[in-house]
Amino acid sequence: MQNFLERIGERTLGILEETGRTTSLLVVVLFHMLQPPYRLYPIVRQIYFIGARSLTLILFSGLTIGMVLGLQFYNILERFGAVDLLGSGVALSVIRELGPVMTALMVVGRAGSSITAELGIMRITEQVDALECMAISPDKYLVAPKVVAGLISVPLLTSIFDFVAMFGGYFVGVVMFGVAEGSYMNGMIDAVQWEDVRLGLVKSIIFGGLVTLICCAKGFYMHLSKAGSQGAEGVSHVTTDAVVLSSISVLFSDFLIGALMQ
Amino acid sequence: MSKLNIQLVTGLFVVIGIACFTYAAVTVGGASFTARPGYTLHARFTSISGLRVGGVVEAAGVRIGTVSGIEFDPDSYEAIVSLRINEGIPIQEDAIAAIRTQGIIGEKYVKITPGGFEELLGDGSEIFETESAISLEDLVSRYIFSSEG
Amino acid sequence: MTNTSSNAPSIRIRDLYVDYGARHILKGVNLDIPSGKITVIMGGSGAGKSTLLRCILGLKKPVSGSICMLGKDVVTASLKEIYALRKEMGVAFQGGALFSSMSVAENIQLPLHEHTSLDQHTIEIMTRIKLDMVNMLDAEKLMPSELSGGMTKRAALARAIIMDPKLLFFDEPSAGLDPSTAAELDDLILKLKGGLRMTIVVVTHEMESIFKIADYIAVMSEGELIAAGTPEEIRASTHEVVQDYLNRKPREGIVDADEHLRALTEGSD
Repeated sequence: MQNFLERIGERTLGILEETGRTTSLLVVVLFHMLQPPYRLYPIVRQIYFIGARSLTLILFSGLTIGMVLGLQFYNILERFGAVDLLGSGVALSVIRELGPVMTALMVVGRAGSSITAELGIMRITEQVDALECMAISPDKYLVAPKVVAGLISVPLLTSIFDFVAMFGGYFVGVVMFGVAEGSYMNGMIDAVQWEDVRLGLVKSIIFGGLVTLICCAKGFYMHLSKAGSQGAEGVSHVTTDAVVLSSISVLFSDFLIGALMQ
Repeated sequence: MSKLNIQLVTGLFVVIGIACFTYAAVTVGGASFTARPGYTLHARFTSISGLRVGGVVEAAGVRIGTVSGIEFDPDSYEAIVSLRINEGIPIQEDAIAAIRTQGIIGEKYVKITPGGFEELLGDGSEIFETESAISLEDLVSRYIFSSEG
Repeated sequence: MTNTSSNAPSIRIRDLYVDYGARHILKGVNLDIPSGKITVIMGGSGAGKSTLLRCILGLKKPVSGSICMLGKDVVTASLKEIYALRKEMGVAFQGGALFSSMSVAENIQLPLHEHTSLDQHTIEIMTRIKLDMVNMLDAEKLMPSELSGGMTKRAALARAIIMDPKLLFFDEPSAGLDPSTAAELDDLILKLKGGLRMTIVVVTHEMESIFKIADYIAVMSEGELIAAGTPEEIRASTHEVVQDYLNRKPREGIVDADEHLRALTEGSD
């Protein structure tokens, strides 16, 4: 029993410590972002990796989600004879919820996991130490460009996802089921307000920062993670952790932002 | 992948992303970063139940503007609705603004019925003839009470 | 430039204590590393020699003690001061620690790009000079994944000396290398000492290279410094552990791989 309580205490302390580390990493990164010299290319490289390279995945998943939504909404709305609302339904759910959340989850799976693995391997092969010894701050050189790129890439990817998903809904509704084109487009335009677009934008920016920050912190601080999980096994361990933790944070913060920005 | 190619592809990605965002914000979301040409009118209603900012202003079934603001007047207990009317659409002084519903469960919108006067309303002036939202419950209860009495 | 105070130690370590969790890694180390010479820190695995190196580099904070170099105490220095000190240091890590996303040349140029405002042409010439010093001129365009073990270490060495540091640290130069490659690397270290007049600190447990390159030897065992002196003094030492090290047959642990396999399979029958 005492053992069990001890374990809970240890776990809690561990989580608190990690949250503290991640938060302080955020502060350090923000601090470095404001410090010269400003270098654009490392950020461009990371936007290429996090954003541009995820494009195919986002296009495919956006189109699929849009088509599924079109199909389901059509089936439900048809029972009430309200297929005119198809455009509103698809557009609102994509722009407010599904776009930001799905994009963030895709980025976690594709880019987040490799960010953690990359930083973890750099840590165990002493590359991070080597940077330190060259008097180059690894926070600034390795972590900051990734977080900045996350803040820029995820909203852009989300916008592309939204666009493609609305097109997917259009395809199923208008082309397959013969809903009037005007009622789909007007439903979309009338139902969606700037406030909805803004909510989606805020969400995607926060998700972008959150996901990259968590994945960076997990890899970057892997030498401080649980003893006994070092080396290659440790990298696989922290990568799994990073994916799970960032996915959960995306879903939970989605609820929080939704509740706060009602 | 050379440095130049990476920059090129990334640039392209950013442009596509911004284009998609602009589409969502401006075309679908109706955000206007530069005020769309037009003028604003005000109208007082005793009830606007369900009308939202951003709602449609129609005449003869055609969209001619949007609801740009809703305020409450505590003195008269009325709602003051601001209507942004598109440039080039004349509204006469005796035009009627009515709040109507699209379909049975659809959204509320403002319907403008043209008047016969020759004087037109300018920016910031008020439409005096208004019809408030028709509430189904009101109609039903009025019918019940009147038949009882 | 001959320094008049060349006899003064370039690194002075006093009463250094380091803990890792509840374990004591270093238990009061005192060591003076002479300037302009090659100092070898030797000892078996777990003796604390890597920890000592990490402390000197400012990568690990000791519990107490002081490490003075170039007029600063690394233990109490601010991060800014440590970064300033590190610009005077070059470090070649055990595994090379080359950045896998960059070519050999880009790896070597990184400190120049970050700390100087030299134009690309000058930087490329400087890179070639250092690559030539480590006999790697033809490997300029290769990626770290295409290098052999010995080449990786030489590339790491080139990167460590690109800023012409006053202090050069080399962690386990012969680890993971075959004897002839390890011997080449030892020659290279000697050549650098002659050419660049740096203070060089080598951490290793390889007896052959130790007596080939060392001007000064520090022997560590179980977190303590048990002997320090010139190679002759160490050879003459009567300390039991030191004598154990010296009399150990080189590479006795390595057996023929086939034989080892046969022994294993026979053992399991």
